[in-house]
Amino acid sequence: MKTFAELNFPGRLIAVEGLDGSGKSTQIYLLKRWLEAEGVKVYFSEWNSSELVKSATSKGKKRELLTPTTFSLIHATDFADRYERHLLPLLRSGYIVLCDRYIFTAFARDVVRGCLPEWVRGIYNFAALPDTTFFFKADLEVSLNRILEGRPKLKFFEAGMDLHLSNDPYESFRIFQGRILEQYMAMSAKFNFIVMDANQHVEKQQALVRKIVSERMDLARFKRRGPLPLPPAIQPDNKAKEAEEDLAA
Amino acid sequence: MKKPATNSDGVKKCRRFYGHGIPHVPLEDIAGKLIVVEGADGSGRSTQIARLVDWLETSGHATVQVGLKRSTLVSSELEKAQEGNILSRTTLSLFYATDFADQLENVILPALKAGFIVLADRYVYTLMARDMVRGMDEAWLKNLYGIALEPDAVFYFSVEPQELVQRNLAKNASLDYWESGMDLGFSRDMFDSFVKYQTAMQAAFHKLRKNYGFTIVDGNRPVGSITRELRKKIRALLAAK
Repeated sequence: MKTFAELNFPGRLIAVEGLDGSGKSTQIYLLKRWLEAEGVKVYFSEWNSSELVKSATSKGKKRELLTPTTFSLIHATDFADRYERHLLPLLRSGYIVLCDRYIFTAFARDVVRGCLPEWVRGIYNFAALPDTTFFFKADLEVSLNRILEGRPKLKFFEAGMDLHLSNDPYESFRIFQGRILEQYMAMSAKFNFIVMDANQHVEKQQALVRKIVSERMDLARFKRRGPLPLPPAIQPDNKAKEAEEDLAA
Repeated sequence: MKKPATNSDGVKKCRRFYGHGIPHVPLEDIAGKLIVVEGADGSGRSTQIARLVDWLETSGHATVQVGLKRSTLVSSELEKAQEGNILSRTTLSLFYATDFADQLENVILPALKAGFIVLADRYVYTLMARDMVRGMDEAWLKNLYGIALEPDAVFYFSVEPQELVQRNLAKNASLDYWESGMDLGFSRDMFDSFVKYQTAMQAAFHKLRKNYGFTIVDGNRPVGSITRELRKKIRALLAAK
């Protein structure tokens, strides 16, 4: 498996991974705001967000129809749709693509659910590796408290209730997240995760994220050259209008 | 057809998945039989399945039918996606795999456990052949469908593409977009594209046959003669129980 840089794509992919409640979504959002302000061509893509697959996934989750195998396959379908329709063309045209969760989420989660690691990795082997992967590692208790404080009602699959770890959703969630963390840590070195201390302040983490990104990527390369040109038909008209308005004033 | 694996006593070993299978699903005590019918549209699959169901049920066997795009989980979404032809090939492939896995776990396996005869109107072979024709990696497909249960029998209805065209036109007065492989751009002429696509599909099936072993049924013959052949083979299969 190769990164997009190794495959000579002009674009770059940055992924964030971590447990629910590790603060990764906040960090990637702030990274996006910064890159946009810098004038960089940037696109953000979230796990499990393809319009087409979404209705099937939510039906499956709501009605608890999913098994470990179909759970894995439906997320792979969602990923493939975003990968082939959005990520690849954008990376070909020199975008920085930011992914909130990437294939490592499947590698960790589906394996905890009981799918064979080789099977899961084989399915995702059409995808190139990110150029940079940040892993936000918070103490398990910190992540759990963040989630459990904000959203006290845990969803069935989110809590790993399908694994029958415990009849108590909170206890089940704790065990499930603990196992996912183990899986992440086991693959961290192989996939060159940059492990971030997610117990630190948000600002401090973001400063470090931005520093690492600017060291690893020459941002000037990803900037749009000037503002988007207007379609030729509109341009002269607009200028004439502006001139009229100027005169009137 | 590939002989079922036997141990030294000549007793049929318990059934198996092609790969590692489905997590948390043991295969002991599966009493039913899984019979698969493969072939293009117009090869006579549904006619023969209807006749087999009739015959089996009259003889006292409980049956269940499955087929592609029939899962509770994704069938309507898959239908919608195909209408717009907006999915890229990996996505479509995984969508079909999800549909298959849902039916395998929620219909096929429970029915087999309950001792039913499951008749599958197409199985993973069509899905693999379609993807192979579209240039997908065979090793990737083999891994993906390692979840599939090995059937007790697979009958592949072989009919010449020229004959398939005639049958489809006689039935619908038109050719199906996907069954003509129009997404592949073989030809803008649907008739040409259909023949080219079905020829490529047959080549893919022959390639798959080396690994998965099907019984080839000459589908150019009269309906009754095909039914007789199928009954004879299935009778032998049921007797071996």
